[in-house]
Amino acid sequence: MIETRSLTKNFGLQRVLRGVDLEVAPGEFVALVGPNGAGKTTLLRILATLSRPSFGQARIAGFRLPAAADEARRRLGVVSHHPLLYGDLTAEENLLFYARMYGIRQRAERINTVLKQVGLAARRRDLVRTFSRGMQQRLAIARAVLHEPEVMLFDEPYTGLDQDASAMLDGVLRDVAARGRTVLMTTHDLARGLALADRMVILSRGVIAYSARRGEIDPATFGQTYAAVVN
Amino acid sequence: MSEVSSQKPVAQAQTESETAASRRAKRPLSDYRPLIADYFRAAGAVIWKDLSAERRSKELISAMLVFSLLVVLIFNFALELDRQARENVVSGVLWVTFIFAGTIGLNRSLAMEKDRGSLDGLLLAPVDRSALYFGKAVGNLIFMGLVEAIILPLLSVLFNLPLSHPLLLLVVLLGTVGYAAVGTLLASIAVHSRARDVMLPIMLFPVAIPVLVASVKASAAILAAAGWDEIGLWINLLIGYDVIFVAIAFMVFDYVVEE
Repeated sequence: MIETRSLTKNFGLQRVLRGVDLEVAPGEFVALVGPNGAGKTTLLRILATLSRPSFGQARIAGFRLPAAADEARRRLGVVSHHPLLYGDLTAEENLLFYARMYGIRQRAERINTVLKQVGLAARRRDLVRTFSRGMQQRLAIARAVLHEPEVMLFDEPYTGLDQDASAMLDGVLRDVAARGRTVLMTTHDLARGLALADRMVILSRGVIAYSARRGEIDPATFGQTYAAVVN
Repeated sequence: MSEVSSQKPVAQAQTESETAASRRAKRPLSDYRPLIADYFRAAGAVIWKDLSAERRSKELISAMLVFSLLVVLIFNFALELDRQARENVVSGVLWVTFIFAGTIGLNRSLAMEKDRGSLDGLLLAPVDRSALYFGKAVGNLIFMGLVEAIILPLLSVLFNLPLSHPLLLLVVLLGTVGYAAVGTLLASIAVHSRARDVMLPIMLFPVAIPVLVASVKASAAILAAAGWDEIGLWINLLIGYDVIFVAIAFMVFDYVVEE
């Protein structure tokens, strides 16, 4: 569902990604971890069609980037640490805007459904700028699943969330994964990644340095493995 | 290490894209109707979103309006002029006010998207990116138009000159379209720079000189009751500028906004 081959990205003279080969199977939940500057966000931005690779190939749901970016975008839902919402619009208006952008036909019905899914139906007419960070992130997930994407990309979705909001987001992410969506999530939180993902991938210095299924990982020693891989 | 399964060979991928290209080439015109509808629906959504957000925050309009009022008042008190001199300078005052106020609006319009991170939200939508440009440019045009609708009568009163001539209003519209078209494109480039507040005027003013000169000259000719030979020349230049820059912006916006 997500596939990259020798994916390379340069920013000027700096090479951020150095030939990333990654495959995420349909319905799989992969947590991508790595130190700051490893290239996690750059990789996600390329997969989200927000950035062009310098070399190599990337495919989303079989659609090659950037040539078939429009088709890939229809199948992609993206949540980042920015909620990608408008504070001066209500929750409902934000979703209505994105529903129009994605060409969703039965907009009111779909908006109702996703607002209920993230527990914000009662706050639908409130301005987003009055929402807490946790509520904004919930609405961001509602925005991202509005068009029922097959692939979801989460870039550090826990940034700035307190414990309660993080626990709530865990539940929402489990729900997203339980609906059979393919998920690629970047995080610094190894324990959370292990708890949620089917597979852990470590990106270090622009290359995939480690990949293992959850069943193959000993949670007690994964921190040491991570330290050994990235250092 | 990462688990990599078989990929489609390059030759097969090329065949896929060639087949898609030939399919596109053979499509009947009616096949494009939904695409055109999608295009205008997306552009309309961007306009609706900008207007709805501005209706609540009044962030752009208030900044542009206060700035315009101050410029008009400063010019009014700074220039003690007789009627003839007023006629000579009013078109310059008019366009300096519109251009500077427009620059504030253009800068803020894109900067707000970037600062909130919502620019990525727009770029993630599965629509032709020129539709996003079209929506943002029309939104900016509406905001500039609203400010102009307030400033023009005020300027008319302060300078004691009739500024409601239909041809003058046409020139204001054409000049604003050209400025909003090129300004929206350049603002989407400047917004990625840390010094964007300085970058936009530096990039925009040289490129906008033809629209500014044509607008000032056409306005001055209309106020001086010149013949169509003189006025028409500048109006034609404005129309040409508008068409060229709107076309360029539609073609290059996708490359401008992508990393």
